[in-house]
Order: sequence, then structure tokens, then C-alpha cells
Amino acid sequence: MKLIQNRKNWVWPYVAILVFFVVLPLVLIGIYAFTGQQGGFTLQNFVQFFQRTEAVNTFIYSIAIAALTTIICIALGYPAAYFMAMQSFRTPAVMAMLFILPMWINFLLRTLATVELFHMFNLPLGEGALLFGMCYDFLPFMIYPIYNTLQKIDVSLLEASQDLGADRWKTFTKVVVPLSLPGVYSGIVMVFMPTVSTFAISELLTQNKITLFGSLIQRSFGEGGIAMWNYGAALSLIMLIIIGLTSFFGSNDNEDINRQA
Amino acid sequence: MKNDYIIEVNHVSKQFEDGKFALNDVSLQVRKGEFVTILGPSGCGKTTLLRCIAGFQVATTGDILLNGEDVTDTPPNERPVNTVFQKYALFPHLNVYENVAFGLKLKKMEPYEIEKRVKRALKMVSMSDYEYRDVDSLSGGQQQRVAIARAIINEPEVLLLDEPLSALDRKMRSDMQLELREMHDKLGITFIYVTHDQEEALTLSDRIVVMREGKILQIGKPTDIYNEPQSSFVADFIGESNILDAVMVKDGLVHFCDRDFECVDKGFGEDTEVDVVIRPEDWYISEAKTESSKSKDEPWQLYGEVKTCIFKGVHYHMTVLTDNGYELEVQDYHAFEPGSKVALLVKPEDIQVMKKTQLCNTFHGTMCEDNQVEFLDEVWDVSERTAERFDPGEEVDIEVDFNHINLQDYEEDGTLSGEVLFILYKGDHYHLQIRTDDGDDIYVDTNDIWDKGDRVGIKIAPSWIRLYKVEKNETDTK
Repeated sequence: MKLIQNRKNWVWPYVAILVFFVVLPLVLIGIYAFTGQQGGFTLQNFVQFFQRTEAVNTFIYSIAIAALTTIICIALGYPAAYFMAMQSFRTPAVMAMLFILPMWINFLLRTLATVELFHMFNLPLGEGALLFGMCYDFLPFMIYPIYNTLQKIDVSLLEASQDLGADRWKTFTKVVVPLSLPGVYSGIVMVFMPTVSTFAISELLTQNKITLFGSLIQRSFGEGGIAMWNYGAALSLIMLIIIGLTSFFGSNDNEDINRQA
Repeated sequence: MKNDYIIEVNHVSKQFEDGKFALNDVSLQVRKGEFVTILGPSGCGKTTLLRCIAGFQVATTGDILLNGEDVTDTPPNERPVNTVFQKYALFPHLNVYENVAFGLKLKKMEPYEIEKRVKRALKMVSMSDYEYRDVDSLSGGQQQRVAIARAIINEPEVLLLDEPLSALDRKMRSDMQLELREMHDKLGITFIYVTHDQEEALTLSDRIVVMREGKILQIGKPTDIYNEPQSSFVADFIGESNILDAVMVKDGLVHFCDRDFECVDKGFGEDTEVDVVIRPEDWYISEAKTESSKSKDEPWQLYGEVKTCIFKGVHYHMTVLTDNGYELEVQDYHAFEPGSKVALLVKPEDIQVMKKTQLCNTFHGTMCEDNQVEFLDEVWDVSERTAERFDPGEEVDIEVDFNHINLQDYEEDGTLSGEVLFILYKGDHYHLQIRTDDGDDIYVDTNDIWDKGDRVGIKIAPSWIRLYKVEKNETDTK
């Protein structure tokens, strides 16, 4: 009984999950990435990656596609979040719900539905379809954090800006946009991170015509057999570093959000 | 011909979507360079009035003139007024310098000119060394100073201040009050200041505008508002006071506390019911002599016993219960211990006589069958004797005296339910204003103690409802 009564003990199941499903795999990736097929420390896996132009090109292409998706999501998501946060909507909660609703459905199902949609309208699958699918899947992740920061902006700040002589547009560019940047940053992280590593969406929406970095990793483990595991681990590590860098970029701004609140 | 008013508010009303009036036919003129304070309890419409002048809210009817120009529908950024907001509203993403320079940068002013002016404005509010500080790192008082600097740097013709000192502690507040007053005199800008603090209003203003429930009750100099309040609400809201029911016997003679008093007020007619206000510090108080040693030409007017005595720093505040049952608030530099017998005197010029706004509750309704009458959307029983004079369906005027309305603890026990909106102590009873759920007002005199916001049931005994025939010719002569 004492074991349960002491609330500190409640943490152990989570610690166990973290150790087995997060820490241990990470350690294994690290070990595999730096070992050759015969064992022993080597940098060969990384050298192999940088020597294959095809692999490096895929890597750059993936980052470019992810960046483009992020930019499109900002362009579509910011206005949506802005209008939702404006007082003029009587039921912003309903609007927010409608934007969040697609997230209730598994993204694989949504992607499959998108494929059917393209077939129905006789549209070619490929790069365009890929961008469309990724934006469709990840747009809510951009809207929500922006909506959150916009909603928290004190109305009196907008009034103060107008009072000091700024018209609506100047108030928007000089007060609203700077104050909503933390939300935009978290949106970037939330969209860029998953899109840079996705493989299912690209496989379905381009019928394997376009290979993204995520697919490359998946193939190394799935199709390449045990021989490719070390190479795959090295690729995973490279991607981890990229994602780590973007989330570092985001975490700084999360502190800003907390400080404001 | 041009008058010298910088702001003219003409018959402005503001109705919100739910149909409630935040402002109800408000008119106000402000002269150039004046320091005007709009004073009232929360929800009286004072902030709405300020926001209409600033342009954040548009009046439903009426118009607002600035320098003789109609600005009723002009957006705030095109008005030559600036606002100091209640919670400062400093931009958190900008530092002190950038906050103050915000308005000038919008005007596309030369950078060196901006710097010169920002430095001058910051010096004016004694914040010179804080230019590059984050606004979040400043104390409340410092943020307030930055907010003032940000507003005055644009050299507005009118500075609007929305309870700017309400978030500061007492000591800080009185310091800032002096500084604001100094700043006003130095800048020569017209100040319109909104507050619920009557002391602040009396200290700062050239003129005070007292508001209540969207209406202006009185406009005047601080001394006039204090010494000659025109209604019992103003008297009660501005400082402590004794407000008593009285009868004006004739010019210069008023009857209250069961005796006649000489006064200086005239023109109320003979035997008219009025209210009198006596400030606690206007009573002269002395130890009462024993019955036997009282001489004939004794000047003392009332006798009583001290109930409580509280030290207030400079003076003592005492509650005296007179021998004929009135409770009076008295202030004096000398303390009279509770239990001691005292005599009271008030000079004729210290008695302020006010017209009563209403002598009894008046309603309009329709006769029903079975000795009943309908008014305030409810059906009430009336006595048979009264009812037989009217036909069912006939329109009637109804009168009920303040003291004949019965308040019930439980809403369900009353014919009608409502909320206590305002309480006035009248020496020997309370005068309450009850707002019914339909928004009608009923006034009640009672000896029971109620609190503001209490929910009550309202009952009226049938015999106390007086009915009158509607005088038709009034509407015909229109």
C-alpha cells in the first residue's frame, strides 16, 4: 500500500516506458550508426551517405519539400488563425473545432482518401499531390499555435496602437504580427519536424515516384535486410540532428510564450 | 462665433446589443486646458464615455465635437487625443524607448527628432535611465510613467486617463496624483480623467462630473460637489454624510430629527418633503450639561449618546444616537468616549437641502377582475373598496409609499423578485433601490438591514396600493 500512497512512485511506469521506447532505441541507433557490418567503430556509414549523390539529393529535396510545406501552411494558416481569433466570430470555439476535426481521423486514412480524390478528378499523383497532401495533413498544427497566441493578445494593446495613430494595417504589422511570432515558431516546428521525416504520405501520393528521406530510412531497414541496418541508423541520426536543431529553434520561443502568459 | 470648448458631448447615448444603455443622453462641455474628472461607481458608464471620446466606441445617438469638428465616427487613429490605459497597455515586444517612440515613428519623423522628444518625455516622467529596459521588468508605477510618456509625446490636444492609478498602492497613488496635476499645469493639455475614487477626484480636478447608471447627476467644482450635492446619491458618494428625510416648512426653515432648524435654502415651497445633507465635520459637538443646569437660551439643537468613536488620524469619527432615535455621523478633533452624553449643533449654512426625486413609487397599470390590478407585469391584490371605483380593463396610475413595500428574504415569497441596487442610511431607516428582474426600479424604506446585491422578494399589502384615474388630458395636449 505504501508503494501506491507515495505519489513519487507513480512516476516509475513512465520512466520504464521512456527507457524502453525512447532512451534504449536512441542508444541503439547511436551504436549501430557507428559500427560496421562486422562490428567495431567506424564512420563508414556516414561516408557512404555523403558519397552517394542520390542520397544527399534526396536529403536536400526532403528538407526543401518540408520547408515549402511549412511556408504554404503559414500562408494558409495565419489568416485562418487570425480570423478565428478576431472577436467578430461569435463562436470561435466552433471554428477552432472545425479546423481541429480532421486530426481526429488517422492521417493514413486521410492520405488514402486524398489519393482517391485525385483519382476521382483525374489529377496526376506526384509532387503537386505530395505538397497538397502534406499541407492538408499538417495545416491544423500550424493554425492552432498561431490561434492560441493571437487569442491571448490583450485587446487594449490594439487599442493603444490605434490611439497612437496606427491604422488597422499598421496595427497588424507592428503589434499583432510581432506578438504572434512565438505561435508561428511553434507552428513551424510542429509542421516542419513531421514533414521532413514522413514517408507514408510521399509513398501513397506519388506512388513511390518521389523518394523522401524518410522513405530512404524506412527502405534501409525494411527492404535492405539486416545488412543495411547500420547505414539506416546513420541516416536516422542525421535526421535526428536536423529535427533537433529545429526544435531547439522552437524551444527558445516556447519560453517566450510562457513568459508572456 | 466659436466658443472655447475643446470637447463637446451632445446628447450622447450608447446602447449595447443586449439593449442596456451604458450612456443615456449625456451632455458635457470641456474647456481648453481644463482638468475634468468623470466620477462614479463601477458600471456607471464613465469608461464608456471616455471610450466614445477616444473613438473606441461609437455613440448610438448624439454627437461628439472636438475643436468644433464632428468626430463622432472618426476612427481613434485620426483623433488628436491620446489615452493612458487602465492597465497601461505597454507593448511587451518593445522596450521603454520603442514604446514611447511608437507614435512618432508612425508619423515618419526624423530619427534625431524622435530621440530628442523621447528623451524629453522620459525626463518629464523621471524615467530617463530606463530607456532600454524591458517593459516587463518595470514596477507598476514605472510602467504607468512610461504609459504617460507614450501618450503625451504625441502632443495631443486632449489626454484621456482611464483610472490610471487604480493599480498602484496608496502612497504611490498620492505621489502620482501630485505629479499628474503638475504635469497638467506644465503641459497645458486638457485632461479628462476617469476614476471611482472620490478623494482622487476632489484632489485633482478643476471640475467633477458625477455619473450614475449612464447619466450625469451633477457637474461642478470639487467644493460645489462636496458642499452642495444636488441629490442624495451624490452626497452619499462624495465623502461621508448624514442624509435625512426632512420637510421644508417655509423658506429658511426645515424640519428634521423632530425639530425645526434654520437654514439658508429657499424656493422649495411650503411643507415640501426634501432630503437634507449634513457633513459629519459640520456638527458642533459638546458634552451635554445635566438637565437641571440647562439654561433657556441653550444653543444646542440635539442631545444624544456617543455609540462609537474611531480615531482617524487627524480627527475622531463618532456615531451619536440622539435621544429621539436618530443615528448621526459626527467628526471632531476631540474624542468623546462611547457612552458619554453629548449635545449637537449645526449652523444654518451647513445644512444642504435637496429636492427629493420621488415622493413615492408610481407605476402605470390596468385593472383586472376580482379586485386585482396588473402592473410591473404581475397581478396584485387590492382592497375591494379601492377596486370598485374602477372597471376591469381600465388603465390606472398606481402609487405605493416607500415604507409600505414588504421585502422577503426568499425571492419565491414575493409577488416580484429583484436585487438591492443601492442603499442609503437616513438616520433612522434605510432607503433602498430595488431593481426588478425586468429592469424596473422600486424604492423602499425599511428598518431591516440588507446588503447591496441581495436578492429579495417584493410584496405589497392590498390596502397600501393606491389607485388613481389616468389623467387623459396630459397626453392630449402634446
